[in-house]
Amino acid sequence: MRPEDRKYSPQHEWVRPDGDTMVIGITDHAADELGDIVFLELPEEGAELAPGDSLGTIETVKAVEELYTPVGGVVVEVNGAVVDHPEKVNEAPFDHGWLVKLRPDGSELETLMDAAAYDAMVDGD
Amino acid sequence: MIQAKQTPLADWHRSHGGKMVEFAGYEMPIRYEGVLAEHRRVRHQCGMFDVSHMGELEVRGGAARAEVHRLVTNDVASLEPGQVVYTAMCNEAGGVLDDLLVYCLSDEVFWLVCNAANHSKISAWVEGHLGAGARMEDRSEATALFALQGPRVREVLEKWPRLSGHLGRVLGLEYYRAAQVDLEGIELLVSRTGYTGELGFEVYLPASQAPEIWEEIVEAGASCGLAPIGLGARDTLRLEAGYSLYGHELDETTLPYEAGIGWVVRPRAGEFVGRDALLQAKEAGISRRTVGLEVEGRHIPRQNAAVLAGGEVVGHVTSGGFSPTLESGIGLARIAVGLGDAPLSVDIRGKQVPAERVKLPFVPSHVKD
Repeated sequence: MRPEDRKYSPQHEWVRPDGDTMVIGITDHAADELGDIVFLELPEEGAELAPGDSLGTIETVKAVEELYTPVGGVVVEVNGAVVDHPEKVNEAPFDHGWLVKLRPDGSELETLMDAAAYDAMVDGD
Repeated sequence: MIQAKQTPLADWHRSHGGKMVEFAGYEMPIRYEGVLAEHRRVRHQCGMFDVSHMGELEVRGGAARAEVHRLVTNDVASLEPGQVVYTAMCNEAGGVLDDLLVYCLSDEVFWLVCNAANHSKISAWVEGHLGAGARMEDRSEATALFALQGPRVREVLEKWPRLSGHLGRVLGLEYYRAAQVDLEGIELLVSRTGYTGELGFEVYLPASQAPEIWEEIVEAGASCGLAPIGLGARDTLRLEAGYSLYGHELDETTLPYEAGIGWVVRPRAGEFVGRDALLQAKEAGISRRTVGLEVEGRHIPRQNAAVLAGGEVVGHVTSGGFSPTLESGIGLARIAVGLGDAPLSVDIRGKQVPAERVKLPFVPSHVKD
């Protein structure tokens, strides 16, 4: 079972409540499918995002993938460590491989999956 | 849907963490521990690739030499037994049907090693163009191919117990030379060739013996850092080495001169299919050529991205990717000739990213170490 302290999107992002902010990252499944991540482009602090807006791009050895935020809000922190060392996302996608922190503007979390539902989606049941 | 073919090692790859994908009709490992780790392993230690999907066509007969010479652009007429040559095979218009290796095994036996993606096309072309005195046999199904690549491969071969009686001959091979080895009744063809830019050997062997021999080499190489390498790293390694890949730099509408492999065209060595067209093109001058590009910043050019000079599209990227050695985005691009030193940029998802022309290969070659 994946961590139960957060919600999951069908696009393989996770969202974890942290005080009055939301931490966003990609799942282990996404990180494994993408393979080695070599460059990450993330939004600037202060950027206002609506749900579904671009959260940046992930360049892997083989391809480039666009990231979309599952929740709307204002970016309050960007994980500079993963921008400098993108391999951290592959190493620990649920932990120090997080991407951005948002101050959310609504409650779209309702539409996201819990860990059990996400497990069933990617691993079958 | 057509079932993908498997190499004799498909089960081994799956049970050793290989992530399998379909490539040229075969189920092949794209990576094991990760493309970057595998790439660095080959550059600094050594690795082994299962490339049994490649096609092996044997042409034999009294006229084999003359007939093979007539089908490819490079000089087969002067090959000595045990010599290998890299060449293009062209159509009448000079367009590249495939790039391949030609092995001269004896005066009357030649092997043509072609890309898996072009296998049926090339097999039919050769069969259809061979004259009297030579016949072709497709040995692909019965033949496995392993590529051992990296600075430590000699140590691996030294530690392979069954090779010990033949070690001198194998280790003594010069670049683009091959030796036939009888390994207790198993016939191997070993050549000093590869697709990574590193010191390397390639081993052709009967498919039926492939799993056994693979395991032997893996075991022999464990203490030398040898590990299996997938197609993902094969591509990043060949790109850094500046090598062409069919379907990227090479296709039937591209002349060898335009693809940066003009050196494989030897019109003075005699007649061959496409010679007239290529001579004419050379005299008239080509309009496009292939260059190496390194882009600025944290960007990666990808295949088909437009290349611009002075705001005009002057060509496109034929292969692009991340260079693990340079830690930057690199690419091969086919661009118009006559641009001089005009600054180039690559359109990467709508953004014009400055690109510097780089001399090939992108990283120093160690093939002759």
